Amino acid sequence: MAFALQVLIDGLSLGSFYALAALGIGLLFGVLKLINFAHGAFITFGAYALILPSAATEATLGIGALPAIPLVILIVGVVVALALLSEFAVFRPLRDSSPATLMVGSFALGFVIQNLIIMIYGGRPKAVGLWSDLSAGVTLMEGVSVPKLQLIIIGVTISLMLALVFFLKKTRWGIHMRAAAEDFRMARMLGVKADLVIMLAVAISGMLAAAVSLLYVVQTGILDFRMGVPMMLFAFIATVVGGMGSLVGAVAGGFAVGMLSILLQTFLPSDIRAYRDVFVFLVVIVVLLMRPQGLFLSSAVRERV
Amino acid sequence: MKRQDTLEISGVTVRFQGLTAIDSVTESLVSGEILGLIGPNGAGKTTLVNVVSGFQKPTEGSVLLNGRTTGAETPHSLRRRGVARTFQAGRLFREMSVLENVAVAGVGMGRTRAAAHAEAMELLDWIGLAPKANLIAGALPYTDERRVGIARALMQSPHFVLLDEPAAGMSDLECDELMRLVRDIRDRFGCGVLLIEHNMRVVMEVCERIHVLDSGRTIAQGKPEAVRNDPAVIEAYLGGG
Repeated sequence: MAFALQVLIDGLSLGSFYALAALGIGLLFGVLKLINFAHGAFITFGAYALILPSAATEATLGIGALPAIPLVILIVGVVVALALLSEFAVFRPLRDSSPATLMVGSFALGFVIQNLIIMIYGGRPKAVGLWSDLSAGVTLMEGVSVPKLQLIIIGVTISLMLALVFFLKKTRWGIHMRAAAEDFRMARMLGVKADLVIMLAVAISGMLAAAVSLLYVVQTGILDFRMGVPMMLFAFIATVVGGMGSLVGAVAGGFAVGMLSILLQTFLPSDIRAYRDVFVFLVVIVVLLMRPQGLFLSSAVRERV
Repeated sequence: MKRQDTLEISGVTVRFQGLTAIDSVTESLVSGEILGLIGPNGAGKTTLVNVVSGFQKPTEGSVLLNGRTTGAETPHSLRRRGVARTFQAGRLFREMSVLENVAVAGVGMGRTRAAAHAEAMELLDWIGLAPKANLIAGALPYTDERRVGIARALMQSPHFVLLDEPAAGMSDLECDELMRLVRDIRDRFGCGVLLIEHNMRVVMEVCERIHVLDSGRTIAQGKPEAVRNDPAVIEAYLGGG
């Protein structure tokens, strides 16, 4: 029982990262039909924004030295600004192109951001001690002690999701966004302001990326210019498994992939544990062979009559 | 005294790369009138609706709303000026609720969410779908989908409603219900209705005037009984296979 709870919390906290990133990717796919491969770079950029620009190996906290509330506001602001800049400079000019062109464009954008980070901060990983007291263990029950951070990650993720659900279901702009995500032309005809809705989706996607940036840095304590890439890759897989275009699917897919990783980590024999991801991808392939459309079918990809 | 609105289609021609879909069609519609538009498949009915609703620019000719040309209008700006339409395929937002599908048209015209929901609920009540308001639109049967499309078109009381084959796939009983609804649209909202339909019984019973297209050309215009007996119409529908 204690063991199961431990594994569950590990799985949920890893799944939280994937789910948050998958939501950021899924939201843009819904509204823009864009598979945003720059999302990983957004995450990395948000993490680096914590420290002062310098190529030195020792990181000096800049924004990261502020109290929690202004810190969070500023990091979210930075990533949202980057996301909006990307919208104006890259996504909007490409909006009428094919989804493939948009995707390649986002790839290029990701590389530009990544190389910008190398230029400003240097290519070597840096250690950052942010909120390290959160790593202290909390005893949940006899024999189950988890880092406070894991509970915070799960809590933040669930709160952000509830906020997003509230926004999408209960506000005027949420209705606009859901309509636009399903049938852009029809929504436009009914008066949905396309540019505004897209900007809003891009900004929310940036906010979600910033949340991942912060939580991830606190957990790993390391800055690396490639750090967002595996996160984005797993999140992308999560959206595919969940069903492209379905936000519920993205979240479920994120948690499923996280849980699966932790289960494999726990139960694989120790000599092949290093190849955990191989098995994760194997399961993903099997799932997609059985349900090519993903676990949650969305009307965005459903064939129309 | 209610204001009389007019919608005039004046010498409209649409060509797609040399293929003439509509050839100088002229027609007009006023508030409170139900006009039928019929013709065999490929006659250009939907193209004409697309022109009137701003989805398609005419190659020649123009559409005038209360005397003003609509040439520069987008579907949405026309919707704001009171020209609404439904689609053959329904085109509902399948993952949103029935209520939201109707409300989105109000929200799109600047209403608050609450005001749009209230108006949408009234319309659903009128159209008999209030008990299904909170269902996901994707779960609706085909005929209900069509009715939701009609309710959505009627948000914010348009002056003109274009119904694109609302009876397709409906049983006789459902057609009777639809006819009642179409008359009710006119009586309740005072708007002019352009009804595109394949089902002859529906068109003949509900429309005051009928416009018949064949291969993009007008072959007959007039009262139902006159159109029914018109040799050109009989030929278009029965002749030539």
